[in-house]
Amino acid sequence: MMKRRSFMRASLASGVIALAAATGSLISFPAQAAKPLKIGFSMALSGGLAGAGKAALIAMEIWKDDINKKGGLLGRPVQFVYYDDATNPSTVPGIYTKLLDVDKVDLVVSSYGTNEISPAMPIVMRKKLVFPSLFGLAVNDQFHYNRYFQIMPAGPEPKTDWSKGFFELASEQNPKPESVAILAADSDFALAAAAGAKVNAKKYGFKIVYDKTYPPGTPDFTPIVRAIQAAQPDLVYVASYPPGSVGMVKAAREVGLKAKMFGGGMVGLQFAGIQKNLGPMLDNIVNYHFWVPAKTLNFPGVNEFLKKYEEAAKGKGVDPLGQYLPPYAYAYMQVLGQAIEATHGTDQAKLAAYMHKHTFSTVVGNVKFGSNGEWAHTRVLMTQFRNVKPNDLDQFRKEGTQVVLYPRQWKSGNMVYPFNK
Amino acid sequence: MKLRVNAFWLSCAAVVGGGLVLTEVLHNDYYFNALYVILQGTLMAVAWNILGGFTGYVNFGSAGFFAVGAYTSIFLDKYFGHTLPLPVLIAAAAAVCALIGLGVGYLSLRLKGVYFSIATLAMAIVFATLISNWRYMGGARGAYILTPDTYLWFHSYIQMLFMVMLLLTLGAVAISRHLNTSRLGHGLAAIRDDEVAAECAGVPTLRLKLISTTLMGALMGVAGAPYPFFVTFVDPASAFSLFVAVNAIAMPMIGGTSHWIGPVIGAVLLGSMQQVITVTVSSELNVLLVGVMLVGFVTLAPQGIVGLVQKYWRRRTR
Amino acid sequence: MLSVDLLSNALVAGILLGGFYAAVSIGLAISFGQLDIVNIAHPAFVIVGSYVAWILNSRFGFDPVLVGVLAAPAFFLVGMVMYRIYYAAFERTGQESLSGLAFFFGVMFILEVGLMLVYGVDYRLVSASYIGKSLHFGWVGVPFRMLVPFAVALVMTGGIWLYLSRTFTGRAILAVAQDPLALQLMGADPVRIKQFAFGLAIATTSIAGSLLIMIGPVEPSIGRDYIGRVFAIVVLGGMGSISGMFIAAMILGVVESVVSTFAGPSWAPAVAFGVLLLTLALRPSGLFGRR
Repeated sequence: MMKRRSFMRASLASGVIALAAATGSLISFPAQAAKPLKIGFSMALSGGLAGAGKAALIAMEIWKDDINKKGGLLGRPVQFVYYDDATNPSTVPGIYTKLLDVDKVDLVVSSYGTNEISPAMPIVMRKKLVFPSLFGLAVNDQFHYNRYFQIMPAGPEPKTDWSKGFFELASEQNPKPESVAILAADSDFALAAAAGAKVNAKKYGFKIVYDKTYPPGTPDFTPIVRAIQAAQPDLVYVASYPPGSVGMVKAAREVGLKAKMFGGGMVGLQFAGIQKNLGPMLDNIVNYHFWVPAKTLNFPGVNEFLKKYEEAAKGKGVDPLGQYLPPYAYAYMQVLGQAIEATHGTDQAKLAAYMHKHTFSTVVGNVKFGSNGEWAHTRVLMTQFRNVKPNDLDQFRKEGTQVVLYPRQWKSGNMVYPFNK
Repeated sequence: MKLRVNAFWLSCAAVVGGGLVLTEVLHNDYYFNALYVILQGTLMAVAWNILGGFTGYVNFGSAGFFAVGAYTSIFLDKYFGHTLPLPVLIAAAAAVCALIGLGVGYLSLRLKGVYFSIATLAMAIVFATLISNWRYMGGARGAYILTPDTYLWFHSYIQMLFMVMLLLTLGAVAISRHLNTSRLGHGLAAIRDDEVAAECAGVPTLRLKLISTTLMGALMGVAGAPYPFFVTFVDPASAFSLFVAVNAIAMPMIGGTSHWIGPVIGAVLLGSMQQVITVTVSSELNVLLVGVMLVGFVTLAPQGIVGLVQKYWRRRTR
Repeated sequence: MLSVDLLSNALVAGILLGGFYAAVSIGLAISFGQLDIVNIAHPAFVIVGSYVAWILNSRFGFDPVLVGVLAAPAFFLVGMVMYRIYYAAFERTGQESLSGLAFFFGVMFILEVGLMLVYGVDYRLVSASYIGKSLHFGWVGVPFRMLVPFAVALVMTGGIWLYLSRTFTGRAILAVAQDPLALQLMGADPVRIKQFAFGLAIATTSIAGSLLIMIGPVEPSIGRDYIGRVFAIVVLGGMGSISGMFIAAMILGVVESVVSTFAGPSWAPAVAFGVLLLTLALRPSGLFGRR
């Protein structure tokens, strides 16, 4: 008995060892020979922006895996060194100095959001590093850094380009609307967007009849919608964060908002969970987006990427479809990777020069940066929700529920106007 | 007594000397960033303890003082076109927050215990709303402060900020120590233990409370004043953060509230742990850590680390 | 600008909102107002209640309020256990003021991070057939999304008020903070009474949470927005008074709503807390406080 058991154990052990050796030999090819290429960053993995931060990280890691499968960059495996900044700006200087001085990363990219990008700027500027940046609104207007590259497609004038589409569409309607109500959340992005909206409103000749902000943590938007309604605006432009976006859409439906166009800069209406919950309440809302499933936006690799993202996002408590931020998080890594390959190295000056001059082909289409590091041509889309069914997540994977109205070169359908048919 | 006083000042001098040596020896800015945050936490903890631990009035609105200090700094810097040197900004922040502290002191006349604490919370929210609506300072959009180019003989700006914070923190500890061991401190302790009895015994409770709240306010303002230069972007949400307020309470509680060295120990311990976790395990766990340590210490060691040490000594001398 | 229909709608919206605030605050009115336990983690418990409602609503389609009521007994037990720990560590040793407070701060963080670790940070919402529809009485609109929480809050407050004033245990709860010794002499154990009361307070968070997620999207850290509000309401209403709390909640809701409509929403918090500070300055015992 004992002999048989110990024989079994021995053969099992040797089988495992053999299997491990075989697997090990498979895994150790290709990347053990060269020194890894380290890219460092901080990301909001907890705190207020963690929903976006975690989704962005998933996208970036898909890029890293994709690139390593092809042999890495410059023949070196790409490795990420990152830390959670907890949506707390005071952690950012410490994190970036650790990445650069202690971990000695080769390159850095930014965290997500203006609050987390700005504290890193003095550090990267001092070390003259190329700084690909993920969704901060007009940060470089303050720093004027020539090695800053922003992947959010609201450029070259981010503050006004954000809402330009909304107002341009409005001005094309016949009869032309006259007045606009502007509401913004009391937070940096929303206020910047609202400021740009005011500039655009004047430029296109609309009268501003309501112009207020609301504090985060406002539970009920019914009084706000009624106050807006009392001003009788033709257009209602809202710059809000998810709780406000949901609150405004629900309150607008309950009150029966009579505006001719409603939407604009509402963050959250691009998130799958919220889209599914709001369902038909979204119909005819014209809102910004960066990418939707439309045949005009079928860029190389984007659908494959989204499939991989959906798989990776399961069970992580983030947006399940990932159409908003993740493609851009993937794209900004693509830009960096392509620049590194093209300049055959990590010389920051050469990288910066290359990134300013060239157009990159990414999963979000062609990317070209202007002199201030923002996009040379804006691609903030204005999309309209159409015939949304209740409680159906799948419809958002397909074309049809979100029609692109603007810019013209990506247009995929005609606008339904007025909003409250 | 003379020997003990010398020991304290000697150690302060040694710490300052050590700091200067570090700025020459260490060229990794990372350590200075981390130390700055720890020192800021220490300063806030020491300040909070003056009112909380020594006098027994719990301030929920620490983030309010901190943020007002930061925004005073931003306002003056903008208004005078970046010409004012940092010490002037710090002094101004101290003055503004001292005034607010004085106001809070008068508040304690009407409100005791928990009512006082709620009032400090309400006050912080009112300030946050006011600043959010003040367009000149960026309102809720936040304000940018670009890192200045001058940093004396140091090798980088953060090294200078670090030394400034070190000096400020040591100053605060010295003040706190003086309060704790002086007659003033005994008066404060009397208020903490039983305010009515203290009043009856002839302790000038109002004057002492006003001193306590004013000092606390001033020191918290001082902690906030260099903050904009550290992060370059300040908005009400991050300046008035709950995390600042909770750390200001948690650190003294963990260290021990009745002795001046308690908040220092608590801040250095908790602050260092938070910094280490940020760059190692790095996730929500940092927040969980504060929660667990707070609950743990408060249930098992309510007198903090100082209390544990005192218990240990007492047991040994028996 | 001051039109009748705008004002009347603002008032109605404020009353409905106030009802919801009352539902969130009633637990604290018991634990803080009557038992003097500074449970700063109260809103965090409400968020846990929201998540329970979300889980059962999204998986089985149960109505959120129903989930809130069904889950309440479990929350009640949790509350009792929490009180036991609190009592053993703090009340018995007389440390409650500062240490008890710090204890609940810690609990709040642990709850928040726990939710984040398990469910992530994406916003959660519920669906129910009546959300999105509203009743119209002339020019006044009453959305169901706000009416249902108001109705539930009314029932809950009324029920608890009746309970506290009519039953033996209820009156014992009212008595326990005023005079524990007398209570003991009457044959009730103060510790057990307090334990029961705290359990009741936490049980209300289950229902309040389901109402919260009905009104708007929830993610783990939004409890922090409510800390100030709930304490303000309990203090404004007067410690120990349930009806006072309800009226204070109404006042806060109406003030926020009217200021939001006419002056702009960004001033609403300052006004609400200004009202609180004013009350504290002029009448610290609150509107209906007994002390």
